[in-house]
Amino acid sequence: MSSEETPVRRLGGGRMKDALLGYAFILPSLVIFGAFFFYPLFRLFYLGLYQQNRFGTSQRYVGPSQYTKVLSSKDFLDGLSISGRYVLLTVPLGLVLGVMLAVSANRRLRGIKIFQTIFASTVATSVAVASVVFFVLINPQVGYFRDVHFLSLSDPATALRGVALSSVWQNLGLTFVITLAGLQAVPEEIYEAATLDGYGPIRRFFRVTLPLISPTMMFLVVVLVVFAFQAFGQVDILTGGGPAGSTETLVWKIWHSTNPLDQGTGSVMAIGLFAITLVVTGVQFGLLNRRVHYGS
Amino acid sequence: MAAELNQPGWKKLTWYVVLTVLSLVILFPVYMALVRALSTPVAYVKAGQPLHPVDIQSDVFRRAWNEGDLGAKFVVSTVVTLIIVAAQLGTALLAAYAFTFLVFPLKRLLFALFMATLMLPIEVTLIPNQDTIRNLHWLDSYPGLVAPFLATAFGTFLIRQGFMGIPRDLRDASQLDGFGHLAFLRRVAIPVTRPVIASFAVIAFLGAWNQYTWPRTVVTQGKWETIQIGLKALSAAKVEESNIGLAAAILAALPILALLILLQRQLIRGLTAGAVKG
Repeated sequence: MSSEETPVRRLGGGRMKDALLGYAFILPSLVIFGAFFFYPLFRLFYLGLYQQNRFGTSQRYVGPSQYTKVLSSKDFLDGLSISGRYVLLTVPLGLVLGVMLAVSANRRLRGIKIFQTIFASTVATSVAVASVVFFVLINPQVGYFRDVHFLSLSDPATALRGVALSSVWQNLGLTFVITLAGLQAVPEEIYEAATLDGYGPIRRFFRVTLPLISPTMMFLVVVLVVFAFQAFGQVDILTGGGPAGSTETLVWKIWHSTNPLDQGTGSVMAIGLFAITLVVTGVQFGLLNRRVHYGS
Repeated sequence: MAAELNQPGWKKLTWYVVLTVLSLVILFPVYMALVRALSTPVAYVKAGQPLHPVDIQSDVFRRAWNEGDLGAKFVVSTVVTLIIVAAQLGTALLAAYAFTFLVFPLKRLLFALFMATLMLPIEVTLIPNQDTIRNLHWLDSYPGLVAPFLATAFGTFLIRQGFMGIPRDLRDASQLDGFGHLAFLRRVAIPVTRPVIASFAVIAFLGAWNQYTWPRTVVTQGKWETIQIGLKALSAAKVEESNIGLAAAILAALPILALLILLQRQLIRGLTAGAVKG
């Protein structure tokens, strides 16, 4: 049957028995994936074709036109633009800070482990913990930085920045840990060779270190972009989508479409989010296969 | 850039200064949370929000535990986390074993199907999944809180990588010893890949304990709140009680902080799995 498989010296019973055991072993996972991943995906496409009546008691087929209607609606485009801005506010800043921390902590000094643990420490915080902690820093009434207006949560023009800052801090530990691992995987001889060639520390960083850890950076970009597009808890706790809807991210809008009346609209938005996730992770696979650091 | 130990003293000193400044910046939010948790809220604001606690209430953590009903929320969070970690270990070990050591039709397609779930975060499928849980009458219940997370493509992938590293000799020897599949899994495969399995368990714990969006979607009553979603109501309380919410947030982070300190190697190996190639 599966002639492309490498023949494995089989333990235990015969071929038929092994195959049955194989299915039995993956069955528990398949049941969960079927019920909570694949069925709901199909259900989303289905719900996107229907519109609920005012009472949510019956639904009317409206067809694919609902897709074009919702995907071009102001509501969806606002959510998309807020989520897009959230990506821009969190990902570049988070990456730069993470690399800064990792480069600083990647050296042999007495006590360096303590600094490394401190830099990694925000991995212990959840979205909720980080949001509550940041609320006392940037709360417009009693926050420590209440007079720092460019972060103000009470101004529609700046609220998203305040929310973004809490995410940057929360993800810093992860970004640091992964970047440091990337740096430590670079063989030391390469640095020695670069130094012998007369490279100073800055040139060495941009010409040698950064290209060598570019696959790690790509991985991080994808993870952070996906995280940013999934942002919900920080908005839920810090702003509740406000002020004036200025922090209503895509997932915030989807979450608030769970009541039967809005399910059709929410489902189309969710498919939009799915498409974005596919593109972002697809880019990752594409770039990983091209081995970023051999480019140019 | 791993600099040498024998570099000049002033250079070392500079790096210590840089590292200390960065540490202070990172710890500042935590420090302020601690200061405000310990302070009497109104007195603290009146004092002009200094960098030290004002009118210290040393019993704030006990008060948070009692008034915030944190005990009940910790129980819900702990039960949910333990069920998810145990179930993910079980389902992922079995599936990884099948994909590594067993031969069956459609294996590649099924493996691809597993991996496809990585592109389907729970945020995408919130609407139909909430319907499913409601129809099963699982809102406000343990089954509802854990059901979508009982299986894991990431864990299956990670453990499969570990299994694939088991030397052929070891398998042949086990076969000569008359081991069946279950005996081989239990007595050879699992013990040999224990570091991978431990790393995955730590990551699974971290993810399950910290999750927010799904519990928020299937919990409607306070008594089913996990500690994470309970923080929302506690932090939204009036100013006079804002220290309670902060104390609760600090308590909520403690279990993971303990993981970070006690199981740092496993945690870091789990976090970096897949990110750094060889």
